[in-house]
Amino acid sequence: MRSILPVLTVIAAICGIWYLAAVRMNATWVYDQAAREGREVMLVDLVAETLTQERPVLPAPHQVVKGLWDGVAGQKITSKRSLVYHGWVTLSATLLGFAMGSVAGILLAVGIVYNRAMDLSVMPWAIASQTIPILAIAPMIIVVLNSLGVTGILPKAIISAYLSFFPVVVGMVKGLRSPDAMQLDLLRTYSATGAQTFGKLRLPSSMPYLFASLKVGVAASLVGTIVGELPTGAVAGLGSRLLSGSYYGQTVQIWAALFAAAAVAAGLVGLIGWIERATLKRMGMVR
Amino acid sequence: MIGLAVQGALILAGFVLDLRLGLVLMLWFGAWTLNAGLAETQSGLARRIVPVIFGLAVLALWEMSVKMWAISPVILPAPSAIWAQITGSLPTLGADFVQTFVKGALSGYLLGCGAAVLTAVLIDRSPFLQRGLLPVGNFVAALPIVGIAPIMVMWFGFDWQSKAAVVVVMVFFPVLVNMVAGLKATDSMQRDLMATYSASYWQTLRKLRLPAAMPFLFNGLKIATTLALIGAIVAEFFGSPIVGMGFRITAEIGRLGLPMIWAEIAVAAVAGSAFYGLVALIEKRVTFWHPSQRH
Repeated sequence: MRSILPVLTVIAAICGIWYLAAVRMNATWVYDQAAREGREVMLVDLVAETLTQERPVLPAPHQVVKGLWDGVAGQKITSKRSLVYHGWVTLSATLLGFAMGSVAGILLAVGIVYNRAMDLSVMPWAIASQTIPILAIAPMIIVVLNSLGVTGILPKAIISAYLSFFPVVVGMVKGLRSPDAMQLDLLRTYSATGAQTFGKLRLPSSMPYLFASLKVGVAASLVGTIVGELPTGAVAGLGSRLLSGSYYGQTVQIWAALFAAAAVAAGLVGLIGWIERATLKRMGMVR
Repeated sequence: MIGLAVQGALILAGFVLDLRLGLVLMLWFGAWTLNAGLAETQSGLARRIVPVIFGLAVLALWEMSVKMWAISPVILPAPSAIWAQITGSLPTLGADFVQTFVKGALSGYLLGCGAAVLTAVLIDRSPFLQRGLLPVGNFVAALPIVGIAPIMVMWFGFDWQSKAAVVVVMVFFPVLVNMVAGLKATDSMQRDLMATYSASYWQTLRKLRLPAAMPFLFNGLKIATTLALIGAIVAEFFGSPIVGMGFRITAEIGRLGLPMIWAEIAVAAVAGSAFYGLVALIEKRVTFWHPSQRH
C-alpha cells in the first residue's frame, strides 16, 4: 500500500507532461488559424484553444476522458457509436478464443509431458514459435476464412486462440515438470498410479506456472482480436474503432478506443490474477 | 501412444474410405512411429533430428493434401508454391525486409531498449520513483500497445519513422521492468565488499551492479525482439509507403496473392528467429559467468 503515493505521483507527472505536449503539438494549428484571421495569440488563448480542438494532433487527457465517457455512458449500448458495444464485440471474441487456445494448450502440454516422442517432436517448434511474429498471419486467416464462408466471431476467435495457445503450452509444460525427483519418488513409494501422480502432484504444482502463462496468453489474445478486426473493413470492435478513427482523423476516437482496449486488457489480467490468488490461497500456496 | 495395430487399422480404414486419406494417414503414422522409435533411443542425435522429421512430415502432408485434394491456392498454397514465390521475388522480399526489419524494427528496438536501460539507471537512485514507475510499467506492459500505431502514423507519417516509434513504446516497458529488477540483483554482501574497497556509486554500478543485471536485462531484450517485429509489421497495417512486410501482406490480401503472403510470413519467421538467436548469442558472450550458461 505504501506505493500508492509514488504511483499517483508518477501518474500525475505523466498527465502534466501530456498537457504540456498537447499544448505544444496542437499549437501549430492555432497559430495557423490566428494568422489566417489576422489576430495575435496570447498565451492564455493558446492554452485554451489547444486543449479544446475538434481534431487535435494530441487530445488532452480531459478530452480523452470525455470521449470515453460519451462512448460508454452517452450512447445506448446497442448503438454503433457505443464503446460498450464495440468493447463487447472484441471481448466476446477474445474470451472464446482464449478459452479454446488455453484448453488446447493445456491438453497438448499434458501430451508432451507424458509422451517422449511428442515432447521431442513438438516442443522445439512450440518454443521457436514464440520468437516469430505469428500475429502477421492474422489478416490472412480472416480473409481466407471469410472466403470459406466462416464469418462473425469465429475467425477472430481463432486468431486469439493461436496467440494464447503457445504461451500456455510452454508455461504448462514447465509447470507439469516442476515437481522434483524426490516428490515423484515419494509418490512411487506410495505406489501411486499415473493418474494419481498427475492429479495429486503434477497438476497442483503446475498452477502458479499455468496462471502466469494465462496472463500472458489473455493479453496476447486481446491483441490478436484487435488486429483481427482490422482487415474486415472496420465493421465492429475496438480494432475497427482504431482503424476508422485513423481513416477520418478522429484522434479523440482513437484515444478513447485505445483506453477502452487498455481497460479491457487490465480487467482480463486482473480477473485472472484474482482467480490465481483465490486458487492458490485455497491450495495453501500463497507466496 | 496408439498401438501399431490401431494405426494399421486406421490406415486401412483410410484407404477404404478414400485412397488419398489412406496415403496421408500412412505418411503421418509412418513418421510418428519413426519418431517414437528414435525418441526411445535417448541419444543426443535423436534430440536433434526428431523435430526435423516432425517438421518435414508436416510439410510433406501439407504438400500432399494440397495436391491431392486440389485445394485452391487462394485458400492454402502448397509449400512448393510458396518456395517458388520466395525464390522468384527475392528483390521485393529484400526491399520489404529492409524497410520493415532494418529501418522500422531494428532502429526502434535499439532506441527503445537504450532508453529503457538509461531510465532504469537514472531512477536507480530514487526508490520513490521506482515504486511509482514499476507498477505503471508492469501495467503498461500488459496493455495492447500496438493500438498506438494509428496515432504514431499520424504523428510521424507513413514511412519507417512511425513504425520505429511504435516499436520504441512496445519494447520500452518490458526492458525497463527487467532492468530495474536486474539492478536489484546484487546481495548486500557483495555491495558491502565494494564499500570496503571504498568504491564510489558509479564504480559499484559499473563493476558490480551492471554486470549482475545482465541476465535480467537479456531476459527483457529477448522478449522485446518478438515485440519489435510484431510492432513494425502491425503498424504498417495502418498505413505505409508501398514497401514493407505489413504493407505487402495487406496489399496481397486484396489481390488474393496467398503465396506472396506466406512468403512474407516465412521471411518474418526466419528474421524473428535469427534476431532472437543473435540476442541469445550475445547473452552467452556477456553472461558467460551465469549458472544458466554453464553446462
